[in-house]
Amino acid sequence: MIDFLSQPWPWYAGGPLIALVLFTLFYFGKSFGVSSNLDHLCSIAGADKFSTYFKIDLKTKTWSLLFVAGIIIGGSIAHFYLSNQNAINLNPNTVEELANLGFANSGVEYLPSEIFSIDKLLTLKGFSILLGAGFLIGFGTRYAGGCTSGHAITGLSSLQFPSLIATIGFFIGGLVMTWFLIPILFNA
Amino acid sequence: MKNSKFLVFGILFGIILSKSEVVSWYRIYEMFKFQSFHMYGIIGSAVGLGIILIQLFKKEIIKDFWGNKITVKKKDSNFVRNLIGGTIFGLGWALAGCCPGPIFVLLGHGYLAIVIVLFGALLGAFVQGILRNKLP
Repeated sequence: MIDFLSQPWPWYAGGPLIALVLFTLFYFGKSFGVSSNLDHLCSIAGADKFSTYFKIDLKTKTWSLLFVAGIIIGGSIAHFYLSNQNAINLNPNTVEELANLGFANSGVEYLPSEIFSIDKLLTLKGFSILLGAGFLIGFGTRYAGGCTSGHAITGLSSLQFPSLIATIGFFIGGLVMTWFLIPILFNA
Repeated sequence: MKNSKFLVFGILFGIILSKSEVVSWYRIYEMFKFQSFHMYGIIGSAVGLGIILIQLFKKEIIKDFWGNKITVKKKDSNFVRNLIGGTIFGLGWALAGCCPGPIFVLLGHGYLAIVIVLFGALLGAFVQGILRNKLP
């Protein structure tokens, strides 16, 4: 059983299981979305002293913060107990293109060491990329009112127009970064 | 504690995102390069089933745990915010290769560099909250 679960899961397992998570949250009276927790964490860190936007009744968000704590634990369980070191089955064209950008061993791990290694983290450029990417994620999701879970999955599932616009935005930004900016940032 | 089930749901979500490789930077790169069906299959099948589920909620064929009608909150509709915010997020999603869920998943995997991404995301959320009233 553990061996079976430790293999990489195909898309037709992952997608339906994500829909199951959405279902359980709604079934128990909540909603599905992760990025609002960034606001909750800011509020916990004292951001409510700077803006009324962060005056959040955290007692009503306990469930959501527990959900996030669970996500972290789930990541650890997958890492330590459900991992068989399978390489990610990437398109060979992707691997070759990345090699041309200076990314070696694509797919051997979840994340490229060219961005996420400790060595890169300790360089000004590497640190700026990590911090800047995070900033764009935090600012953008909260300004748009949701991320992949809240807009692209819950919002599109409930046929909401604002979520369609936001999801189009996700792709505009993602395509610009992948096709034009990453080749500049990682010019080997 | 009645909220403890949400910890369990989070654990399941963290495992699902890990094992289906949604947390992989490479999968996001491949998606934006249109070189793999994987991510489109995941998001597409989640949304497809989500549409069916939410229709069943609306018709009250599925009710919540207490037998009440399940309603989905309306998202704030502001064309500029949805589009510009979405685009800004898309830039970060493609660069870091992770959206907010996977940031927390990867924290659990023990990647130290993700702490910086999370710190950046909190900083971005903070600045957004401060500037929100001054922005379109």
